[in-house]
Amino acid sequence: MSAALLEIEGLTKRFGGVTAVSDCSFAVPEGTVTALVGPNGSGKTTAFNLITGYMRADAGTIRFAGASVRRPNPVSLARHGLTRTFQQARVFPELTLVQNMVAALQQPWRAALQRAVRKHERTRALELLEEFGLARLAGERAGNLSYGQKKLLEFAAVLMADPRLVLLDEPTAGVNPLLVEQIEQRIRDLNARGLTFLLVEHNMNLVMRLSDPVVVLDHGTKLAEGKPDEVRNDPRVLDAYLGG
Amino acid sequence: MHEVVQAIILGVLVGGIYALMASGLTLVFGIMKVINVAQGALVILAAYLSYALFSHLHIDPFLSILIVTPAMFVLGVAVQLVFVRSLRGPDGSELSLLVTWALALGIEGVLSVIFKTNFRVTSPSYGDNSWSILGYQISEVRLFAFASSAVLLLLLSLLLTRTRFGRAVRATVQNPTAATLLGVDANRVQTLSFGLGVSMAAAAGAVYGVIYPFNPGSHYDLISRLLSIVVLGGLGSLGGAVFAALGMGVIEALVAVEISPVWSSFSFFVVLIAFLLVRPQGIFGVRERVL
Amino acid sequence: MSRATAAGLARGAAFAAAAIAFPFVFNAAWIVNIGVLTLMYAALATAWNLFSGYTGYITLGQAAFFGLGAYTLGIVFEHVGIGSGYNPFYALPLVGAGIAIASVPVAWIALRTRHMTFAIVTLTLLFIVQQLAFNLRSLTKGSSGLMLPTPSFPISSYDTPFYLAMLAILLAGLALCWLILRSKLGLMLLAIREDEEKARGLGIRVTGAKLIAWSLMVWLSAMVGGVWAYYLTFIYPESSVDPLVMIGAVLMTFLGGRGTLWGPTIGALVLVPAQQYMITKLGASQLYLVGYSAVFMVVLLLLPRGILPSLRSAIDKQRERRRTHREPIVREEARA
Repeated sequence: MSAALLEIEGLTKRFGGVTAVSDCSFAVPEGTVTALVGPNGSGKTTAFNLITGYMRADAGTIRFAGASVRRPNPVSLARHGLTRTFQQARVFPELTLVQNMVAALQQPWRAALQRAVRKHERTRALELLEEFGLARLAGERAGNLSYGQKKLLEFAAVLMADPRLVLLDEPTAGVNPLLVEQIEQRIRDLNARGLTFLLVEHNMNLVMRLSDPVVVLDHGTKLAEGKPDEVRNDPRVLDAYLGG
Repeated sequence: MHEVVQAIILGVLVGGIYALMASGLTLVFGIMKVINVAQGALVILAAYLSYALFSHLHIDPFLSILIVTPAMFVLGVAVQLVFVRSLRGPDGSELSLLVTWALALGIEGVLSVIFKTNFRVTSPSYGDNSWSILGYQISEVRLFAFASSAVLLLLLSLLLTRTRFGRAVRATVQNPTAATLLGVDANRVQTLSFGLGVSMAAAAGAVYGVIYPFNPGSHYDLISRLLSIVVLGGLGSLGGAVFAALGMGVIEALVAVEISPVWSSFSFFVVLIAFLLVRPQGIFGVRERVL
Repeated sequence: MSRATAAGLARGAAFAAAAIAFPFVFNAAWIVNIGVLTLMYAALATAWNLFSGYTGYITLGQAAFFGLGAYTLGIVFEHVGIGSGYNPFYALPLVGAGIAIASVPVAWIALRTRHMTFAIVTLTLLFIVQQLAFNLRSLTKGSSGLMLPTPSFPISSYDTPFYLAMLAILLAGLALCWLILRSKLGLMLLAIREDEEKARGLGIRVTGAKLIAWSLMVWLSAMVGGVWAYYLTFIYPESSVDPLVMIGAVLMTFLGGRGTLWGPTIGALVLVPAQQYMITKLGASQLYLVGYSAVFMVVLLLLPRGILPSLRSAIDKQRERRRTHREPIVREEARA
């Protein structure tokens, strides 16, 4: 396995008396599709929010691409290539699909007064939308999409800025089986082209097919980490899922 | 030193009244994410009502709380039903700022037409009495005003902690969706709480008129203080509002004696801005959950 | 140049030409006076819309910057001397820029808070400025008010230079809005208005974008305040930091349509003449306040989206009805 793109160490977050994430450590090796799984309430989404700077951790260190991230901040992390999607698909409903895509391009300030959507940007947006099967809706308001289509659009948009690591928060939750297959295929393709993923996912079959390594969280701490088969047969993991 | 202690006493007494006004504001925000910018105008309206009751019917201003408060409760319920309830949707709480501001202007206009714009003050016979305790002057009306505010705040907190309605309110503040699922009638809770918030303004207004001269335009000064208090305390936090109100009273009084009275309310705004630099969510506020 | 661009420019040019010609055609002083006020509100509303309409952050403190502009011009007159006639107008962009830069740190603090807190903090800003105007007597003469030199314009067309100055600011504001709406900055602001947290996650520099829109709002508002002070030649704290002025601008923006280009101007064109009529009819008495708040309520409760967006969606519906064969846009799918 290659070097770690993202390293989490001793990550801790308390809400009042409840410890949501407790001394949690794991790594996302470069070029992998790493999965973060665990029963409901095991702290997966909180861990995501801590890593991406949407919440401030009480303790712990985060290293991304070899550099330590002192005060994680969504904007600068995204601009350094660490980007994410949300559990409830979030798009800009009043903007068109193309505008949604171009808005994700991370422009420098000197481009601020250029036309909102330039020709080559539209072309790039359309290419990606085509890959995700959304090209024919390119001029539609994003708010008119179905839930699954919004998930696809959100996924497609984060790719506009050529990230190095994409955090997917339940990419297939609430999506019909056809789209699940499509999302899976997209992850595989992009991963084959060198993009690294960290995903939180409830669909265990998908995780077992797609991910290596798999990190299991329970009560905010890491329970197990390893190849899908090892993890699946780990008695502690079975306990956590079945024993409650 | 004597001056400082005297100022602190004065500040706490005044702060208690502001705490009562601000409690209504922050309660309403906690429940329906609506800032009632008309709270200041409603305080002034109540001050006029109490003034009218005193000058025409010779009802003691502190006694008039018992009349003004229920009357304004009804008014508050009506305002909620007519103006505030229809503001739903993503912009709802921001539109409410403007709607209640318009309401404040309307109240100011009506009061100016009826009472003209000169300053009034409700002055009962004991208005100038004061006690001297250990060498400190304590004005009788200010102490009464503070005491009635404290009693009303206590009643409010009992209402919120000991009654079915209070439980429904607190449930709604913490999690509106869950509260609805548990059978809380959200509309009813919102309407009644709005009325409750306005009655707090009413009670405070009755005593405000005894301490300060007021005219229809006084609501600007009031609302700017009240809003600063609830932001400093943390929007939606009752304890925070009380704490911030007392703090504001003390800061203003201290600045008034140490520097100059003209800078006293200015000083409070500066404290607010400086504080937000460190804690954007206010003293007891929680950071907005964004996800 | 695309057709939309050409149409936009043509509309702007037509408006500018008509507005410039207006005071020379209708040159009665009272008409031009209403014109000055209309343009003043249109410019303030456009400025308000540039920030609050585009970012979704409602500011209630615009009057603070209007007042700062007014006082700064007055104080500069008193201490530096900026000539007479048209000269003070040329100093305004600098005065405005100074105020805009000075306002950025406060805006930065305020923008760290939630939307509602932000609105409230900007409101307190208004009262801070008013207090300063009262208390810094050596500069502002406190409540007795500050006198500016009377400009040396001919009596017969005294109002016209002020009319043109207000118009220049309005046109500058409209041009800025037009540029922003079609630019990447505009796209960033729209994204912020729609879902700021999501925008952050995509690496959009939300704070910078908001601060740019904010400073432009302050710049324009301060310049308007400056022209207004020079026009009246006498300013005092209550009139120059007047919440009513700003509420007027907000009302006009809502009436015309938030987030649009022409909405605020249309709102001002409708409301200011009506407002002046109400003032002459009801006297400047407080009954006018009641009428004002009634109009405000009606607009907010019945037409919260404003004239332009409502018109636009009506036209869109009409068009859609004409399209007979409409392909279904969204494929229904199961939500697990």
